[in-house]
Amino acid sequence: MNPDEIVAAVGESRPRIEGRLKVSGSAHYVADLPMPNLAHGWMVTAAVSRGRIRDIDATDALAQPGVLGVLDHRNTRRLNPDIAHHFGPDRSLPLLQDEVIEYAGRPIALVVAETPEQARAAAAALRVTYDAKPHDIEFSMNHPATRPASTLFGPEADTGDLEAELAGSAMVVDELYHTPEESHSAMEPHVATAWWEDGHLYAFDSNQGPFGISQVMASLFLIDPERVHIRAEHVGGGFGAKTICGAQIILAALAAEHLQRPVRVALTRRQVFLATGSRPPTEQRVRIGADADGRLRAIHHHAAFAQSPLAEYIEWCTEQARTLYAAPAIRTELSAVPLNLLPPCSMRGPGASPGSFAFESAIDEVAERLQIDPLQLRLLNQPVVSPVSGRPFSTRRLVQCLQEGARRFGWAQRDPRPRVRREGNLLVGTGVAAVAFIAGVFPSSAAITAETDGTFSVRVGATDIGTGARTALIAVAADALAVGTERVRMHIGDSDLGLAAGAGGSRGTTSCAFAITETAKALREKLGDSARPVTASVDTTPLINWQPAEERYTYSAVFAEVTVDPATGEVRVRRLLGMFAVGRVINPLLARSQLIGGMIGGLSMALHEESVRDPLTGRLVTADFAGYHISAHADVPTIEADFVADYEPQDPSGFNGLGEIGNAGTAAAIANAVWHATGTRHRTLPISLSRVIERAAAQDRPEAVSVA
Amino acid sequence: MTDDTRSEITLRVNDETYRLAVDNRRTLLDALRDDLNFTGAKKGCDHGQCGACTVLVNGQRVVSCLTLAVAADGAAVTTIEGLAGDGELRPIQEAFIRLDGFQCGFCTPGQICSAVGMLAEHAAGWPSAVTRNGSPHRAGELTEEEIRERMSGNLCRCSAYPSIVRAILEASAREAVAG
Amino acid sequence: MRAFAYQRTTQIRDALNLIAQHDGARFLAGGTNLVDLMKAGVESPARLVDIRSLALGEIGETPDGGLVLGATATNSAVAADAQVRLRYPALSQAILAGASGQLRNMATVGGNLLQRTRCAYFADPSEACNRRVPGSGCSAINGAHHNHAILDWTEHCVATHPSDMAVPLSAFDAVVRYETLDGTGEIPLSEFYLPVGNRPDRETALPDGALITAVVIPAAAVASKSRYRKVRERASYAFATVSVAAALDVQQGLVQDVRLALGGVASRPWRARLAESALRGGPATAERISAAADVEIAAAEPLRDNAYKVTLARNLIEAVLTELAADAGEESNG
Repeated sequence: MNPDEIVAAVGESRPRIEGRLKVSGSAHYVADLPMPNLAHGWMVTAAVSRGRIRDIDATDALAQPGVLGVLDHRNTRRLNPDIAHHFGPDRSLPLLQDEVIEYAGRPIALVVAETPEQARAAAAALRVTYDAKPHDIEFSMNHPATRPASTLFGPEADTGDLEAELAGSAMVVDELYHTPEESHSAMEPHVATAWWEDGHLYAFDSNQGPFGISQVMASLFLIDPERVHIRAEHVGGGFGAKTICGAQIILAALAAEHLQRPVRVALTRRQVFLATGSRPPTEQRVRIGADADGRLRAIHHHAAFAQSPLAEYIEWCTEQARTLYAAPAIRTELSAVPLNLLPPCSMRGPGASPGSFAFESAIDEVAERLQIDPLQLRLLNQPVVSPVSGRPFSTRRLVQCLQEGARRFGWAQRDPRPRVRREGNLLVGTGVAAVAFIAGVFPSSAAITAETDGTFSVRVGATDIGTGARTALIAVAADALAVGTERVRMHIGDSDLGLAAGAGGSRGTTSCAFAITETAKALREKLGDSARPVTASVDTTPLINWQPAEERYTYSAVFAEVTVDPATGEVRVRRLLGMFAVGRVINPLLARSQLIGGMIGGLSMALHEESVRDPLTGRLVTADFAGYHISAHADVPTIEADFVADYEPQDPSGFNGLGEIGNAGTAAAIANAVWHATGTRHRTLPISLSRVIERAAAQDRPEAVSVA
Repeated sequence: MTDDTRSEITLRVNDETYRLAVDNRRTLLDALRDDLNFTGAKKGCDHGQCGACTVLVNGQRVVSCLTLAVAADGAAVTTIEGLAGDGELRPIQEAFIRLDGFQCGFCTPGQICSAVGMLAEHAAGWPSAVTRNGSPHRAGELTEEEIRERMSGNLCRCSAYPSIVRAILEASAREAVAG
Repeated sequence: MRAFAYQRTTQIRDALNLIAQHDGARFLAGGTNLVDLMKAGVESPARLVDIRSLALGEIGETPDGGLVLGATATNSAVAADAQVRLRYPALSQAILAGASGQLRNMATVGGNLLQRTRCAYFADPSEACNRRVPGSGCSAINGAHHNHAILDWTEHCVATHPSDMAVPLSAFDAVVRYETLDGTGEIPLSEFYLPVGNRPDRETALPDGALITAVVIPAAAVASKSRYRKVRERASYAFATVSVAAALDVQQGLVQDVRLALGGVASRPWRARLAESALRGGPATAERISAAADVEIAAAEPLRDNAYKVTLARNLIEAVLTELAADAGEESNG
């Protein structure tokens, strides 16, 4: 076929390649994969927030029918105590090694039986006693244990004379913002099936990057990484919670080794809440000084987040402050507060989502106090180069997002005064937020084989957790090979496929696309030779420029319209519109889905989500979907997400990731709309009805809002 | 001595009859998945709080995680695997693919089974919490608002909700014909 | 979950005998709550007696113009029933405001009434809970109780009753009909749920071993002008924060009959008799509606973190009664 006749696949909207499997129940997730001679492990978690296990009496449990064994710290093999994970040494990973408990929900035992029912019943018969110690879950930025966060992501910003600029400002906003502990809540609970053969560990595991997990497992079990084989073909969502090496695979591997047979550990929904990671609570102080004309002079964003004493973590809330707007002085600070909480892990839009809520609320407050249109204020303060590093942006189409979004949303018709728009008993308001999300690639490798039948087999260790990676990468490969997509066979989701970025950090697809593009180039050089099959492979590690001369971000402007019933405090989002600059879009259909999904995640964060712990015991009270509310169908209005033309020059194909930016700006846009509707600024998430009604009742008795 | 904590049951699943012995504790969801290998129905919460396990029992949508298998003895069960006949997808399945009504796909079998049950409920004139001035004797218009309310028992964390609603709406007329 | 025996029967007598003859035997209907609590280890029956094959699924009329809802009629069937929708619209609306379509297809009338509180401490056997283990204490009273009771609670329990359906049934003076081996009996819904007192584990006045066979709703003209409004933490598929079932009949400008009950505020559906008395006989003006809401809520005693529910309950009573009064005004004008 003449390459000129091949329609470029990149840029075309195409349904998911695995769509038919997914709508017919034929896509097999980890718990769907049968395994002969399978035993079932039931995880048992600590009921105290801090202390030591005094005793685990397994007598009754072991006497129950079908029970094969109980693993705890007294009979479990040693794991590598010096294991490291994403943010450095991670003492949360070596499970069942000692009596120490640093958070309620810590896995402390595994009961293994022939059937799940037997394992569950036996786990209930396990008698665990503790020597509880005083715990601390009282999060505050001013906590005595507060300390600077890890600087693994680089130093915080400090340019200009902050105090002098604040002193010289006509107006200073200085406010505190709070976001709660949240739970990722992927629909598929974490599950793994593990077995050992000839010193090799095999596992089906629900994770966001099997290659990375295989490396951690090898280090944890102190075996050659070549001997760890992890597959994650279909994954039922992750949102960050499956970027970490989960308790399910560690426990399954331990039990499989102990019993010399395959073991599945399927966490219950409750255990997912208790034991698999969370977005930590944050407290953020934002100070912004501005001249009367709206020109920003000083930006100070200090964010604190909770973490575990067991491992470092970074909730990088201060990213917006250093890149969204120009100001002569910008300072950011990031603090960590170690508490007896579930160790946090990145959750969709880590740092950016809570950070944007605080920062873009504060920007809105600047506009409010200066009586400047919040959209105009944002446009007025756009930087030409990075306000902190002074480096140029590789591409920055935020202004286009703001302007085009405003046009479609009808922003020009907006009355800027709060609490003036009413429909019956309802107050109506609109709000906007801008957001940037750092972009880039991680090292990955790919191999492509030109087969004898004319097809091309692409092997890349990508994962498709719902991102559409499988479908997107087929298009990328087809274009890079200059063939039709029907000739591309994509193999992903297996650690044996080699080094590959996981589906995280908005970089999974971009990183693997980069590897595929480079591999295709290498293969095409070999295709002149008629020998088939012929294979080329490339590892992008040496190709990645970690110190590029330009700053690389994606951008978005989100517009929201809400209604508020002041008598009940009910807030409903009626319209959401997001305009996105995310580089060249591989598949608009799937990209739009992902962005809209992210925006709904932001809606859910804004209005519903909050993990609540018992103030006395520190235990999670909201450990199910009746207590931890995520948006349901009825909460979700019509949503528009669209793209401005964009191209990322740092990527060979112009791509950037878009997995998280939809989430990141939405909560702030909604909070700003709630202010516009009610006249009350909500600086604490979620904006739940109890918060809204308390304020509404205090300042506006229902009589005053009766229908005119 | 017979073990009265186990039972012999008959399930008619997707028009095939199965006899099986179950622990009385076994849920219909686990029986479908682990005994009969119908793994399309998913265990998202095991508490009736997410809808991923939705199947049709005697034509009505239910959560199979809170249905004991033994209590379903004799019932006709339709799972996602039984919705499509002879390799032909139903209109609603086609619409889900075309309009991208899913991302990770984990909740999808439950969404689709629920939608099929929901459309039948709507056609039978059953009201919902957002049905206004509905006649008790005939179905009202199936609006997006109606679909959202009626489908709220099916959570989707990827939040494909808008596409799901559109897919159901688009397919509803043809689904009614497909029966 | 403890292993258990299972039996299904088609005769009420057989079902009652099975319960009487076996320790730890429980009736199973829709199972939406019982099976869930069995998984959590809160309930551990030794035997389940499946009553869905009993002939108790009918919805019919009483000779005096009321309705009889069979105990095993599903929530969906009751909500969709034409007579229910025409004569007791708040009942249909309340059921539809609860749970999800799937759960309503499973859940039954009797099971809905007997469902247990959704207090998270009750559902977790590792927590102290007087309702689950008498004398063990109440974790919620000083714990996370944002959505707990504001009325009628004691230091022994601050949980709320989760049923939506029971709220309008309370407003409509429904009667629970049951059967035991000794015969049949009836309990007005107003006496069906016991006050918390010092034994929150004793939830209903139903005799031991009794089977609910039906709920009878007396005829009431006012019920056709009724409405249910539920406020919750998301738009659907969540338990009530506060809900209101109200019915209002205005004749010649005067409140002829009024019914009002609240959900989500107490350990049982809260019949708002003080507000009803305040309104009955006079005009349905904004001032009188507001005063009625105030008088009912005056007794509320919020916990540390749920004072918002007092405001919410008050506002919601006012909002629903105002809507009904407006409807009545439109009717008399039109």
